[in-house]
Amino acid sequence: MKHLLSIDDLSVDQIQEIFATASDMHDVQRRSVKKLPALRGVTVVNMFFEDSTRTRSSFEIAGKWLSADVINISAKGSSTSKGESLRDTVMTVCAMGVDGLVIRHQASGAAQQVAGWVDASVVNAGDGMHEHPTQALLDAYTLQRRLGSLEGRHVAVIGDLTHSRVFRSNVQCLTKLGAEVTVVAPPTLMPSGVGPWSESAGFATSYDVDEVLPTADAVMMLRVQRERMSGGYFPTAREYTVGYGLTRDRLAALHPDVPICHPGPMNRGLEIAADAADAAQSAILDQVSAGLAVRMAVLYHLLAGEESSA
Amino acid sequence: MTGAPTDGTTEGAPRTVLDARDVSRALTRISHELLERNRVVDDLVLLGLQTRGVPLARRIAARIAAVEGVDVPVGELDVTMYRDDLRSQPTRASHRTEIPAGGIDGKVVVLVDDVLFSGRTIRAALDAVADLGRPSAVRLAVLVDRGHRELPIRADHVGKNLPSARSERVSVRVAEVDGADEVSIS
Repeated sequence: MKHLLSIDDLSVDQIQEIFATASDMHDVQRRSVKKLPALRGVTVVNMFFEDSTRTRSSFEIAGKWLSADVINISAKGSSTSKGESLRDTVMTVCAMGVDGLVIRHQASGAAQQVAGWVDASVVNAGDGMHEHPTQALLDAYTLQRRLGSLEGRHVAVIGDLTHSRVFRSNVQCLTKLGAEVTVVAPPTLMPSGVGPWSESAGFATSYDVDEVLPTADAVMMLRVQRERMSGGYFPTAREYTVGYGLTRDRLAALHPDVPICHPGPMNRGLEIAADAADAAQSAILDQVSAGLAVRMAVLYHLLAGEESSA
Repeated sequence: MTGAPTDGTTEGAPRTVLDARDVSRALTRISHELLERNRVVDDLVLLGLQTRGVPLARRIAARIAAVEGVDVPVGELDVTMYRDDLRSQPTRASHRTEIPAGGIDGKVVVLVDDVLFSGRTIRAALDAVADLGRPSAVRLAVLVDRGHRELPIRADHVGKNLPSARSERVSVRVAEVDGADEVSIS
């Protein structure tokens, strides 16, 4: 494995191998010395051209806990703000002898493009509305730990699907692992062309949350991405919450063993009620710690082996 | 673990050097040596090196329990991340590291492995142990010592010293992993 650009790049065996390594990495988080020497001498650059808290900090900690030298570059404060092109920025950084490049960019396909330019291993940390593979891996890993197995389990993915790279990666990952997935959104936030894709990928679509929730073994709420919205996708926030939010009433109807996931950051009170986010069955903080373990596993698998095996 | 040389192997008919009874006797002797060396077994912790060192450590603990009536804590140690050849090999799968609930601080830690060869695995294990705590002492028990050390490391307890050529391959099978106990050389 040289790059991680899309869930599509991974076989089921590779995903389970990453999960097995992540499980070992999870134990490291409980040690007093949270450090492994596996990536000593390796340099990883986190290039984030979009704002991020969880992904960037977890990639940074993941690299550091594996003893890699980690450098962070964000759009603000870098030469991109002076008009430097993405290619020039990337090539400049790679000319310094970088081994791994973790990139987040607002343009779909940016990570794929960068991977074609450089010798370093590239990890897609989110490209526009396309994919966010490590988020999908950590979500599936979290649910697998909670549910024992994803085979035949029904996962409801609810929210702003149109703008969600998490949804695109998650659907691929969950279905690969044998889960039955239903995606739910208002018609305005259901991606165009989802019909043929859902048929080929084997997931269901729905506009009715209350019809889907009773059979769900896990619920994954997605953020309403107002920063990517240019038009009126729903009349009012209140109307969205009533129609598609995980409200207190919907939480009460959920079985207490059904894990509630959200990739963050949350719009509390919009797509998810505070009671649901903080409920005992919430897996949201588990996702954060799993994110660190999974990203350690991904960096290990991409960067620890001999260069010819990458 | 096979104790396989890194500079190529000579394929030949495997010759059994320890059968199941020999392995059992060797482990019994190591258990008694540990008891003689450590009058206070309460401080002992056995750490089996993944993968075949783990069942061997459990068997030594069972023998100590049978003789002394004391349950010595057994842990599992994976040294994959501490190896010095990570970047010259295909990516290795890691295994579980599990330290007994009482930890290893102030304890006499006995590392248990199947084959002692170059000593690099044990070097990695010593680094891993240092990250996990500060034992009062670290000792090493191995089923087979085949020689060819590349580092100044020696075992405190050896089941069998097995002189070998670098080109030979020493294979250890244990019942819990491989379905039978046997040490062979080829």
